[in-house]
Amino acid sequence: MTRVSRFAIMLLALPLALGACKKKPVPLTPEPMAPVTPVNPPPTTPTAAPAFDDAAVRRAVEAARATLTQAIYYDYDSDVLRDDARATLDEKLRVLNANPSARLRIEGHTDERGSDEYNLALGRRRADQAKRYLADRGIDASRVETMSFGRERPAVSGSNEEAWAQNRRGEFQIVAGGTDLKAP
Amino acid sequence: MRAMRRTGHANRGSSRCVLAIATLFGGSAFVPPVAAAQERPPGVSITLEYEAGKRIAIMVLPIAGASGDSIKTIIQRDLDYSDRFQHVPAISAPAPGQPINYALMARAGAAGVVQAQLLPSGWLRVLFHDVTGKKVLSQGDFPLPTAVNTDGWRMGVHAVSDQIEAWVSGQKGIAASRIAFTRDDRVWVVDSDGASARAVTPRGMSPGWHPSGRFLVYHVLDEDRHRLVVTDVVTGAQRSLTNEKGSLDNSPAVSPDGKSVVFSRSVEATASAQDLFVMPFDGGRPVRISVARGSINGTPSWSADGRRVAFQSDRSGRSEIYIADADGTNVTLLTADAFGERNLRTNPTWSPDGRLLAYSSMIGGTMQILTINLRDRTVRQLTSEGNNKAPSFAPDGRHIVFSSTRGGTEQLWIVDVESGRPRQLVRGGSVSRLPEWSPRLTNTP
Repeated sequence: MTRVSRFAIMLLALPLALGACKKKPVPLTPEPMAPVTPVNPPPTTPTAAPAFDDAAVRRAVEAARATLTQAIYYDYDSDVLRDDARATLDEKLRVLNANPSARLRIEGHTDERGSDEYNLALGRRRADQAKRYLADRGIDASRVETMSFGRERPAVSGSNEEAWAQNRRGEFQIVAGGTDLKAP
Repeated sequence: MRAMRRTGHANRGSSRCVLAIATLFGGSAFVPPVAAAQERPPGVSITLEYEAGKRIAIMVLPIAGASGDSIKTIIQRDLDYSDRFQHVPAISAPAPGQPINYALMARAGAAGVVQAQLLPSGWLRVLFHDVTGKKVLSQGDFPLPTAVNTDGWRMGVHAVSDQIEAWVSGQKGIAASRIAFTRDDRVWVVDSDGASARAVTPRGMSPGWHPSGRFLVYHVLDEDRHRLVVTDVVTGAQRSLTNEKGSLDNSPAVSPDGKSVVFSRSVEATASAQDLFVMPFDGGRPVRISVARGSINGTPSWSADGRRVAFQSDRSGRSEIYIADADGTNVTLLTADAFGERNLRTNPTWSPDGRLLAYSSMIGGTMQILTINLRDRTVRQLTSEGNNKAPSFAPDGRHIVFSSTRGGTEQLWIVDVESGRPRQLVRGGSVSRLPEWSPRLTNTP
């Protein structure tokens, strides 16, 4: 794809990405870059730009968002990153590298067992381990906050290993730069 | 004979050994072994003299007046909950002006009789009779608010029960007290007999009482920080104590003189450590009193004289109970690693006389409440069923409130350290946890 047409697709994809943002309606504002012509409806003449797929772009953006917010899971009483967690974090790295303005908050959670206050600290240890993994691989520490909710915000209720395993997790919130994610 | 479990170091003296062994299975009565291996079930004493393992039989005579029944019921329940008294069913009261028939009371099994009368002023006049001595032991007039069945009125009746206990035993009871706890992400309070549970904050958890009984310090979980808040339980007014982005501030406890708050706070943004900090109750700069070096230090509890703090720390690799001076110096380890067991000891609470610390410990995969004697390091296990957490001593140093899953969901229970008798504090309602027993509430509405 030529540089210009790729740029045009970015502009056209902007309202789609904004429409995909479910948090709140975002007014369409111009990007703070070099002056550009106002956004027009997609050209009807096929020679103006190569054919592109609205839906594919939208899916790619949503996939990037899903990758960033995908949770990771931990073993009991542990803050060690399992292999599956590392794989998920590696996927996040790619999206973060493609989106330098994106910032995350990692929230550590625990199951209900043990001391409630100790679980607040354990949740933070879990979040910090995930942050360290990303920071060690080039993500600036200022782009990642950490927080803990201990056992206070379970994902599922239940006092059995199945529920506990789903509650021992790190959740990822996009706190900035999430409205126009580029797929890696 | 129920099996008894003893943990910890050897006891000294067989009679202390006898009194010191207690194992609680939910709902069962404690059976104290006598040194000569002859058993007696927990008895009822027909004298007013204290005997370990016995409850003194008290009769509360019917009280005339519209609120008389309610008053009688509350007093009977308070005496029962004190675990020092056994309520004896009342026989009819003498007509006004007529003397008590002590022989009749003795035959009914009463060691003491409470005879109360509502005065025209609304005050309650109480006479306490010594049946064996055939005389009035003590008496007093007690103020009661005119609005019956309000929180203040109930506390007024509880104050009567507490004074009756003082007349007999020399120590005031704890009926006029409350327990603060966490439910549905809010701070709640409930009267010591389980009445009048109500939320007192819009959000928050892990409350600690100010010694006046008027304020609660607790922490709130925002999405980007945990911060400490003070609430006035009478007016509902709130005041922010700490508020730093990214900080995890939790487990606040107010010093016995009301001037300081100790709490746990996150330090070293990448090392995930928690340290103890102390700050003025009125607000100000927190001062660090522990040095984490990567460890988690938390759940602090003040000694009654305010000179020491007990807390949990995992600086050794496993969470254990430590004691330090209030400025953080002279740290000593109180509990020892169990051999090879994945152990976790946390949430210490100091008895008012300084003799004992209660705490929760992971044993064989579940959390149980234990006490440790600070003089000889004797350990007793008070619970064995379900998961039991976050103990808090009552002002009498004899009762402990904690959360337990023995009934299914996490609810608040109280155990009598001396007899082992358990009582569910709050029934129904959603999960209740992280309780804290108030000081005796004398003048608080």
